[in-house]
Amino acid sequence: MVLKLYGSPVSTCTGRVVAVIEEIGLEYELVPVDLTTGEHKRPPHIERNPFGQIPALADGDLVLFESRVITRYLVRKYGKGSHLLKEHTPEEAAAVDQWIEVEVQHFNSPISVLVYQHLFLPVFYGGKTDEKVVAAEVEKLGKVLDVYEAKLSKTKFLAGDYYSLADLHHLTYGHYLLTTTPHASLFHSRPHVKAWWEAIASRPASKKVTAALSFTS
Amino acid sequence: MGIKVYGSPVSTCTARVLAVIEELGLEYELVPVDLSTGEHKRPPHIERNPFGQIPALEDGDLVLFESRVITRYLVRKYGKGSDLLKEDTPVEAATVDQWIEVETQHFNGPVSAVVFQHLFLPLFFGGTTDEKAAAAEAEKLGKVLDVYEVKLSKTKYLAGDFYSLADLHHLSYGHYLIAATPHGSLIHSRPHVKAWWDRITSRPASKKAAAGLVLSI
Repeated sequence: MVLKLYGSPVSTCTGRVVAVIEEIGLEYELVPVDLTTGEHKRPPHIERNPFGQIPALADGDLVLFESRVITRYLVRKYGKGSHLLKEHTPEEAAAVDQWIEVEVQHFNSPISVLVYQHLFLPVFYGGKTDEKVVAAEVEKLGKVLDVYEAKLSKTKFLAGDYYSLADLHHLTYGHYLLTTTPHASLFHSRPHVKAWWEAIASRPASKKVTAALSFTS
Repeated sequence: MGIKVYGSPVSTCTARVLAVIEELGLEYELVPVDLSTGEHKRPPHIERNPFGQIPALEDGDLVLFESRVITRYLVRKYGKGSDLLKEDTPVEAATVDQWIEVETQHFNGPVSAVVFQHLFLPLFFGGTTDEKAAAAEAEKLGKVLDVYEVKLSKTKYLAGDFYSLADLHHLSYGHYLIAATPHGSLIHSRPHVKAWWDRITSRPASKKAAAGLVLSI
C-alpha cells in the first residue's frame, strides 16, 4: 500500500510534504488535484480535506490534511532515524516545535501574501499587484527575518545545529519569494539568513522539490 | 525553581497556557508583563520572546514562547497520564495534531479578527469597530464552524471521543467571542458545536482559566 499525496507539484503546501518524502526517501504517488476546475472543493477531495485545500495524504486507512500535520506524521512514522523531529525528551521536542510554530505564526502570513501578490494573483486571476499591500508585507517579513538573523548567528539551523522540520517548512514559499518576486534581498541582505537558505536549499531533497516549483508568468 | 508564565490573565494566549496548567494541576507563578508600558517589547521580556509578545514560559533553564509550543511542552513533560496529547503512536498523534492545526490555520484568524474589532480595538486603541470587516470575518468563522459542526456530529471532541489540546486551544478566544462580541450565535446556533462548547467550558480547569478573561467595553 503506497502513500498517496493529493495535490500539485507547483503548490507550496504540497511541495512542503514532498520535501519530507524526499528527505526520508519514501515511495509515493502524487495524485493531481485540478484547482482550475474546482476539483478541490468537491467530492471526493472535500471528503479528504473538509476545507477544500491541497494537499491531503492517504496512508492506508489514515487520511490527513494540513501540510504541517502530514510532515510531522511522516517523520514520526517513517523518519525516526532523521533529525527532522527530535522527540526523545520534551525539551528537545520543544526546541524544534518553537521554530515550527514561528514559521506558522510569523513567517507564513507575510511571505504568502507577497507570493500571492506577485505570482498567483497575476498568473491565476489576471489581477494586478497591489504595491501598497506589498510594501506593508515586505516590512513585516523584514522584521521577522531580523529575528531569524539574530537566531541564525547563534545556531546553524533554526532549532539548533541540525536540519529539522522547522527549516524545511520554509523551503517552498522561500523558493517562490526568491524566484518570482522582486524581494530576494529580504534574504540576501541578511548574511546569516542567506547562508542558512543556501544550506537548506542545496540539499538534494530540497532541489528535487524546488525543481518542480515553477510557473511561467 | 518552578514554572514561570510571563503574561497577563486577561490575555487569550496566556489563558491558553493557564488552561493546560490547571488541567495538569501544576504549581506556577504568573509574572505580569505590562503591555500598556511596552514592557513586552523591551529587555528582559524581548529576550524571552524575540517577537515581543506574551506569553513566555520559563521552566528551569528552558525558555519558550508561542502558547501552542508551551502547551505541548507542558503536556509532554508533566501530563503523560492525560489524553491532552496522544503520542504513543504516529496515527494517534496525527489525529490530535490535525485539529490543533485546524485551530491555528482556520479558526484563529477570523475569531481573533472579530474579537479585535469588537473588543481590543475600542478598548485599547480607542478605535471604532469596522462593522464591514467584522461581518466578513464572522462569515469566514461561520464556514469554519460548519466544518466543526459536521466533525462534532461524529465525535464528542475534535480529535475523537476524548478531550485534547485540540479542543483546549479554542477556549480563550471562544470565551471572548461569546462574552464580548455580538457573534456568540456562531457557536450557539450550531447544535453540535454548542454541545461541545458547553462540555469543554464546564471543565473546572477551563473555568479557572476563563476567570481571568474579564475584558469588556
